[in-house]
Order: sequence, then structure tokens, then C-alpha cells
Amino acid sequence: MKLSDAPQSPTTAESTEMLSGAEIVCRALKAEGVEFLFGYPGGAVLVIYDEIYKQKAFSHILVRHEQAALHAADAYARATGKPGVALVTSGPGVTNAVTGIATAYMDSIPMVVITGQVPTHAIGQDAFQECDTVGITRPCVKHNFLVKDVADLAETIKKAFYIATTGRPGPVLVDIPKDVSAAKTLFHYPATVEMRSYRPVVKGHAGQIKKAMQMLLGASRPMIYVGGGAVLGNAAEQVTELVRMLGFPCTNTLMGLGAYPASDKQFVGMLGMHGTVEANMAMQNSDVLLAIGARFDDRVIGNPTHFAAGNPTRKIVHIDIDPSSISKRVKVDVPIVGDIKDVLTELISQLKAAEHKPDGKAVAAWWKQIEEWRSKDCLKYKTGGDIIKPQYVVEKLWEVTRGDAYVTSDVGQHQMWAAQYYRFDKPRRWINSGGLGTMGVGLPYAMGCKFAFPDADVACITGEGSIQMNIQELSTCKQYHLPIKIILLNNRYLGMVRQWQQFFHGDRHSESYMDALPNFKMLAESYGHVGMDIEKPADVEGALKEAFAMKERLVFMNFITDQKENVFPMVPGGKGISEMILAEDL
Amino acid sequence: MRHILSLLVENEAGALSRVAGLFSARGYNIESLTVAPTEDATLSRMTIVTTGSDEVIEQITKQVNKLVDIVKIVDLNEGKHVERELMLVKVRAVGKDREELKRTADIFRARVIDLTEKTYVIELTGTGNKLDAFLEALDRSLILETVRTGACGLGRGEWIIKA
Repeated sequence: MKLSDAPQSPTTAESTEMLSGAEIVCRALKAEGVEFLFGYPGGAVLVIYDEIYKQKAFSHILVRHEQAALHAADAYARATGKPGVALVTSGPGVTNAVTGIATAYMDSIPMVVITGQVPTHAIGQDAFQECDTVGITRPCVKHNFLVKDVADLAETIKKAFYIATTGRPGPVLVDIPKDVSAAKTLFHYPATVEMRSYRPVVKGHAGQIKKAMQMLLGASRPMIYVGGGAVLGNAAEQVTELVRMLGFPCTNTLMGLGAYPASDKQFVGMLGMHGTVEANMAMQNSDVLLAIGARFDDRVIGNPTHFAAGNPTRKIVHIDIDPSSISKRVKVDVPIVGDIKDVLTELISQLKAAEHKPDGKAVAAWWKQIEEWRSKDCLKYKTGGDIIKPQYVVEKLWEVTRGDAYVTSDVGQHQMWAAQYYRFDKPRRWINSGGLGTMGVGLPYAMGCKFAFPDADVACITGEGSIQMNIQELSTCKQYHLPIKIILLNNRYLGMVRQWQQFFHGDRHSESYMDALPNFKMLAESYGHVGMDIEKPADVEGALKEAFAMKERLVFMNFITDQKENVFPMVPGGKGISEMILAEDL
Repeated sequence: MRHILSLLVENEAGALSRVAGLFSARGYNIESLTVAPTEDATLSRMTIVTTGSDEVIEQITKQVNKLVDIVKIVDLNEGKHVERELMLVKVRAVGKDREELKRTADIFRARVIDLTEKTYVIELTGTGNKLDAFLEALDRSLILETVRTGACGLGRGEWIIKA
């Protein structure tokens, strides 16, 4: 993300106002254009909450658990591209928030987290609700601050927004002791900040871009591999233009879904542990691989040794804003550090000016090979029984929402089915926890999306394990009238755990059966929402249509699905990505 | 291979733990780490001795550089440099050992900086190898305690690392 994409704050004239730390927090959030502050009050943030009560610049959203505040702010950022903002109290407020912060950190989501702290004189005294917030969060934030003097507060918040939204984005935490939020100082909110120790590179090296272009034009088995960085860098348009211009196959990672339209014929599906045969085989057998904002992680390329040794002559071009992502797991030939949108724009203009065109004959032969892999139809699943197949629910959801909903998911089998069968054509529509794999994000993620886009359809695809990890948020949805549609694929198992146990642990289902489930329909109804039980394949489409027609209501759809369905294809952990297990193999 | 990494760091609370935390979280080695403010009070200079393959050292450098408090990181092994470490050794110095210890110290250009009837404290600077060699030259049973600062270093000549 470029600095110019960050919200512009008004140039403040020299101010003569004496404001409290709490007032400064509110004024700073206003200056940053914050719409929603997701939070939960407590002792150390009481002064800040008192100022929130008095202001109208932004809305505070009261969640039911701090973790959900973080997830909702995170989803708001994923869906809009603007930083998400959350506020929690000291001690347990912070520790509850840590999962949300770590989730955002792993997926490089821009967030500013404000935390209350015990008064400065009490720090280190084991005070009530004290914890070492900067210490606890240090490994899972891009940066954090403890503000000990109110005179530093305004500039620190400015720095927090600047750091969170520039370079490789990430969460930044500002810890504010209670006495600092009460103390007064002359208020001045800086329009910009300059830090000698933080200067992210944005402009890609022109010489490297030229090398990349020549490599791409010389390719006979090219492959374009697009990750979450392309979504975060708002470069979907450039990715699409480049892929179409070159006529090369393109795959998106779990985090990159939507960066290139899934319904386009050049799209070969998601790759990785549950990627398609055509995507994984093309990835493994390509002679020139262009990686855009992706990080070759273990769920994507499997075993890095197998990936490299299986094709030692493959050349790799890697575009990323973060130098440390380059040559971390896989050695690359042409690294390009820079803002993806800038680099791709430059690459596209160099390609337009180039005398050569891609080798049409070789690429056509490569496509023929890919079509052969594609003809395996690896996402085909058995239909026709009287048990609901989870894949079928996702396909019908895609139809009913015309592929245009914001879809959030939790973590597990349902997440993979959502990624495989809901064909995302636009970026920022698929909201899930890819890196940390946090169960429980689905419902608060849907809340964040719904606040950002109240008129859009928002669906939360979840499992009966995950939904119970933050089910208390049904109450938040009631308070703010959030007409989310919850698609529960209820197989009475921790499905992904059960699948691994079936494949790798002798089918011993150790603690993976979900016993004693609540009556989800009645549970939803007790919160004032609409509940539905759907048990027959023939009822799936009708139920979805009925639910999405209820524009003003949250509908909790409990789909009773096939207990033994597995996610295919599957690359077992530690294997190479071309070593897939297919449904037909079993 | 052994590398000496030289860092310029914002002199702020928590900067040291960010660096140390990164090394432990990512499983990198720290052989020694030394840090103190520079002539510019806003900056500290940190010297870290670590080991790893070229790929690992490259990752360490990139990861450290990403920390917001780090102004600069340089691998001193990329050029000519000088390196020094300080060691204090307390030894049992009685009877005929007293003379012998003094002689050994002189040979290594070490200095006795504290003495009692029964002990010496010997100060020695040099490369890590020299300090090791001195310890080996002593009768092990006479060594009461040792403390070392860990290495620090500078590039030679016009190679200057500034903010």
C-alpha cells in the first residue's frame, strides 16, 4: 500500500487546545477518518469511553468478547482496505484480544489496536488487571507503543496508522495508561510523520522488471501465482490485465482468491494442499513462474525441497513488498521488491512496448497439457443421495447470491469447500483466516463486513465446531440489527481433524466428534434471529433463497450434511504439491 | 559460518527485546549480543555474533531490518573489519602461582586491575580467539570466575555505518 492510499488527515494548524489523552484519541481517530471502533470497556479505558460517549465522529460497536472486536475490525479492513480499529481494556481485555491481533498479523491486515493500561505509577506492581501488553503482543504485531507521556500521544497514534497501512501492512498497538488518558496537553495532530528507522520501499527496480519481462516472454510453460499481497495492494485490476495480456494460466492462493476472477477460463483454480490438479501440476511443471504477493508457504507449495528438486530448471520471478518474503522458503531468480500495483503497472507498460510477444506455439502446447489435467475434474463430488453434500450447499449459495456476496468462513473443511466452490470474481469478497487458521473468526468477520457494506449480502460459512467459538456475537448482531446469513455445514465432527485422523491416524476419531450440540435453530431464535434446519438436498436451494430474501433478518441455517465427506484433492503434510490424493483414489 | 552483525537501533525501551525476541522466535542463534548508546544519545549500537548458512544470515538481516526500531543493520563480515572483546578473569593467586599468573598475563598483554592477598582480577581485550587462548594458558583450577562482554566491531577505514 502506498502512503497516498492512506487516509489523508487534515493539516492541522498550530493548535492551542488543551485536551486530555482520551480526547486526543477521539480526535485522532476522527482525523484518520475512522468510521467504526470495535471494542469493549473496562477500568483502564473508562476515561476514553467517557469521551467516546460525547463524540459523534465515529460509531463504537460493543461486542460480547474482545476477540470478536479484533476480528470484526480485521474483517472491516479486509473488506474495505481501510485500517480496522479496536479498543480494549488492560489485562484480560488484552489477552482476549491477542488471538485477533495474531490472526491479523499472520495475514498482514492493517489495524490499529488501542489498549488501556494501568496508571504509569502502577506499572510493574502487579496491579489489578495489569499485564505486560507490549511484551505479550510484541511477536504478533508489526509494531507497538507504550505511551508514558500524554505529550507523545497524538504523534504516536499518527505513527501507528502510518506503520499499519504502509509497506507490508499489519496490526499496530498503542498501549495507553489510565493516567495518560486523563492528563492534558496541547493538542496537535501531525499531518505526516517521518521515521528514519521505517522507510518501506515502494518503487520496484526498473532493471529487475525488465529482466522479469524477458523471462516471461521467453517462457514455454509459464505460470502466474497470485497471493494475498495482490489483494492487500489493491492490484487485482493489474493482475487481471497482465494475465489476459500474456494469455498464461493463473492460480490464486487461499488468500489471493478474487485477485484474478475465478470464473475466467485462464484461471486454473486455487493451488496448494487442497488445490486443483491443474493448478498444482502447472505450478510444479512450469518453466517460468511469476509469483505476485505470495510467500510460498507450506500449505501452498508443500515440501520446499520437493518443489525445488522436482523442477531444478524452473525460473522464478517474485514480486513482493516485503524483502524478507523473498527467498525465504524457495530461492528465486528475479526478486522485485516494491508495491505490487506500481510494479505490475510498469511491467505491463514494458510488455506493451516490447517487440516480442509470448511464444504462442509453446504456450498453446502448455495449455493443452493443462486442459488434460483439468479434464480430471478433480472437484467433482458424488451427488444424488438423500444426504446434503456440503459442496452442494456452497455451489447453491454461489448461485443464489449471484457470486456477489461477501463470504466469510471459519477454519476447517467448510473453509476449503467455500474456497473451492464459491467462485470469487472480485477481490476483498473472501474473508478468512489463512495464516493463523483461527476457528471462531467467521461470525465476527461477517459483522465487520456488514458494518462496512450494510446493503451487500454477507454470508458466513461455518462449522458446528467453529461457530461455537464466538457464538456469543449473535447478541451483538441483535443489538446492531446485522442481517448476516449463517451457513452452518453441520457434520457433527471437527471435520478436518476427523479427515486427518482417517488418513493418517488409523481412523481413530480422538476427540473429534461434536457431541451435545445445541439446537441451533432455537439458539438463533432465542437471540431474536431466524433459525432454520435443513436436512434434505432438495430443500437447500429453497432455504437459501428464503433466507436471502429476508433482507432485515439474521438467518441461521443449520444444514445437516454428510458426516464422512472429505476435502479433495489433498496433499498430505510434508509432501510435494504434485503428490495429491484424489477422491477417486479412495 | 560466524557473522558479526552491527545494528543501529533507536534508543527506545523495548528495542533490545524486539531483537532478542525475533532471534528466539525464528530459531536463530545468538553467540553474543552487546548493546550501549552511541555518541548520538538517540541511537544505540548493538553487535550480535551469530552463526548460520548464507541463506540464514540473509533472512536474519532482512527480518531484523523489518523491525520498526532498527535504523540500520550491517554484516561486518561483508568487508574488512576490526573486532574486540573484553574479558575479566578472577583467579586464585597464592604462592608460586602469583608470579606465574602475572607472567602469563604480561605475555597476553593483559592487566591485573584488582588484587587481594589471595586473588587477582585480570583484564584482557582482543578477539574471541585470543581470550580463549588466554583461558587455555591458565591452570584451570585457578580460575574462580570469568565474564566476557561479547564481541563488538567496526568496519575498517572509510567504511562508516551511520544513521
